[in-house]
Amino acid sequence: MRAQLFATCLVDTFYPETGEAVIKLLRHFGVDVIFPREQTCCGKPPNSAGYAKQARKAAEHFISVFKSPDPVIVPSGSCASMVKNHYPEMFHDNLRLFQAARDLSARTFELTQFLVHELKAHQRGFTGSGKITYHSSCQLTRELGVREEPLTLLRSIEGAEFCPMPSADRCCGFGGVFMGKLPEVSMALADDKLDNILDSGADTVTGCDHGCLMNISDAIRRRGAHVDVKHIAVILAEGLK
Amino acid sequence: MSQFPQAVSFRSNAAGALNDSSLRAAMRHATTTFGKKRVDAIGNNPFEEWREKASEIRTDVLNNLDEYVEMFSQNATRAGAVVHRAKDSVNACEIVASLLKDHRAYKVVKSKSMITEEIHLNAYLEKNGVKVVETDLGEYIIQIAGETPSHIIVPAIHKSRQQVGRLFCDKLGCSYSEDPESLTKTARTILREEFLSAPAAISGSNFAIAETGSISLFTNEGNGRMVTTLPPLHIAVTAIEKILPKVSDLALFMRLLPRSATGQVLTSYFSLITGSRKEGESTGSRHFHIILLDNGRSEILRGDCKDILKCIRCGACMNVCPVYGMIGGHAYDSTYPGPMGVILSSVLNGLDRAHPLLDASTLCGACADVCPVKVPLPKLINRLREIKVERGLSPELETIGMAGFGVAAKYHELFELGQRAASYVWPLLSLVDKQTIDRLPKPASKSLKRRVL
Repeated sequence: MRAQLFATCLVDTFYPETGEAVIKLLRHFGVDVIFPREQTCCGKPPNSAGYAKQARKAAEHFISVFKSPDPVIVPSGSCASMVKNHYPEMFHDNLRLFQAARDLSARTFELTQFLVHELKAHQRGFTGSGKITYHSSCQLTRELGVREEPLTLLRSIEGAEFCPMPSADRCCGFGGVFMGKLPEVSMALADDKLDNILDSGADTVTGCDHGCLMNISDAIRRRGAHVDVKHIAVILAEGLK
Repeated sequence: MSQFPQAVSFRSNAAGALNDSSLRAAMRHATTTFGKKRVDAIGNNPFEEWREKASEIRTDVLNNLDEYVEMFSQNATRAGAVVHRAKDSVNACEIVASLLKDHRAYKVVKSKSMITEEIHLNAYLEKNGVKVVETDLGEYIIQIAGETPSHIIVPAIHKSRQQVGRLFCDKLGCSYSEDPESLTKTARTILREEFLSAPAAISGSNFAIAETGSISLFTNEGNGRMVTTLPPLHIAVTAIEKILPKVSDLALFMRLLPRSATGQVLTSYFSLITGSRKEGESTGSRHFHIILLDNGRSEILRGDCKDILKCIRCGACMNVCPVYGMIGGHAYDSTYPGPMGVILSSVLNGLDRAHPLLDASTLCGACADVCPVKVPLPKLINRLREIKVERGLSPELETIGMAGFGVAAKYHELFELGQRAASYVWPLLSLVDKQTIDRLPKPASKSLKRRVL
């Protein structure tokens, strides 16, 4: 099977090791991974900040880069939802782009969706250690409806203990531009999230969105807490059987 | 600093609220409790089915609002009410004041109503020599404290019982108590006297029924019933969009409203008031006036945020909103706080004043999940952010940055150049927004593309 990777600008710029983990993971399950060089950003940041024109430019570019019919894998709930849910809404004035956006939407998958539903990765299982808790990011959960897939994968890790945190689907306070617009509130929300992480008793927190994980890392750094932060792709890639 | 002097100072209000530890504790306690009770009250009921149906009814009302308003007016008039149409706040306040004057009433008892908060009726009446007595316990507390509601259902949500105890002690001259029962008794004794003596009453209306011209009230303290039955004059103020077509529609909305609002299966009292007291009836006001307020709604109906008028004011969106839960309602400096408030304030008061409130959302979507009439709250907030950008109300640096982004998103070479540059100039970006930059990791020395391609 062939699939195209949209790494997301966050992973490409800040967390390349997560991108490498995604590639390793997909290859392990027999996927021939294409990583188009021309990719940039999905347009989520301008979109949620109200810059529709810029978001549309990014979307048009994305659609042209990922025009081959292979599935598109995105290691982020919010970027995947941008492509799957928001792109088709952006082109009601242009039939050609609307159809292209709809076609793209149907073959775009958030990473854990693809791992569970298409590759049945959880059936082969993974290995690991320690106690892992999971933050359920907002767009992943509410816009894509991906609730169980990450848990299915985490529970399939032999040797690691999955420790749910209270209010896992409560917003961590990242919110893209929100983080910079209301930093005090953003940090207070991240502090609450960290309390929930600590309550879980886990030594590692994971999730499917680097935006949230970045915000959580900052809360951990500010408090000096002893919790590791890893994208789910990294945990799974480390535990390939 | 905002370049719009009339704009709400939202960020500093919010930061101030975060430093108020008793507010934080009260908000945490209240929103958690309401959230939990809501989930329990919904239980295994077919909530999705209910809200789908409720959303259809509300959409139908908005699509045919002129006809429903006309139908309501005719039926209310037939039942013995006098119906007034008010174009805006001032107009509505003037009508109320002149009715009170006609009846030589210099004191009114009120049941809780957000619409009268919207038009700042109390201040207007006080200025005109009318004493206003709020009779809902929460409203009474904030009235004697000289504050405004910080939640549309639970006006004093931000106050602890210790604070209420001290307030009563100071303002009512009673001995200090923090026992809710004894505090309620104190208020009850004072308010009972007011109910019995007041010449006039003002209420809002949870729903107005077009088919019968009735207004309805959902309350928990019984004050709503006292207010609407004891004084000879009753003035109900309601916004035009709060209409439901039929009495039978109440069956559905009665299931949704209390569950969504306070997590109750049903409120303690429900009143359906049709016309004034008739021959042979022993209760009810003798003079019943209904003021139908537009206050910009006809205009809102024609705009992109029309769906906010589906709102039934349950407050569920604020109870689950992470931002509201952190800072409370006063930081919004607007009649309506929380997700529905951000939108309604923007369209009612205009973006020049309300645009900073649009920052009050992470677009997490928790509000849309609980809305009993399926108002697409995050979508509307996002749309308003677009309008804010179109109107040039966004910070200049942000606009420049986003314009640059728009170009780079189209040309990957430029995008990559930006990435490389970022890893070198990262410390410099601190000059622009140190607080945010400090919270971000540094860009990797080699991007993923440079590592694998």
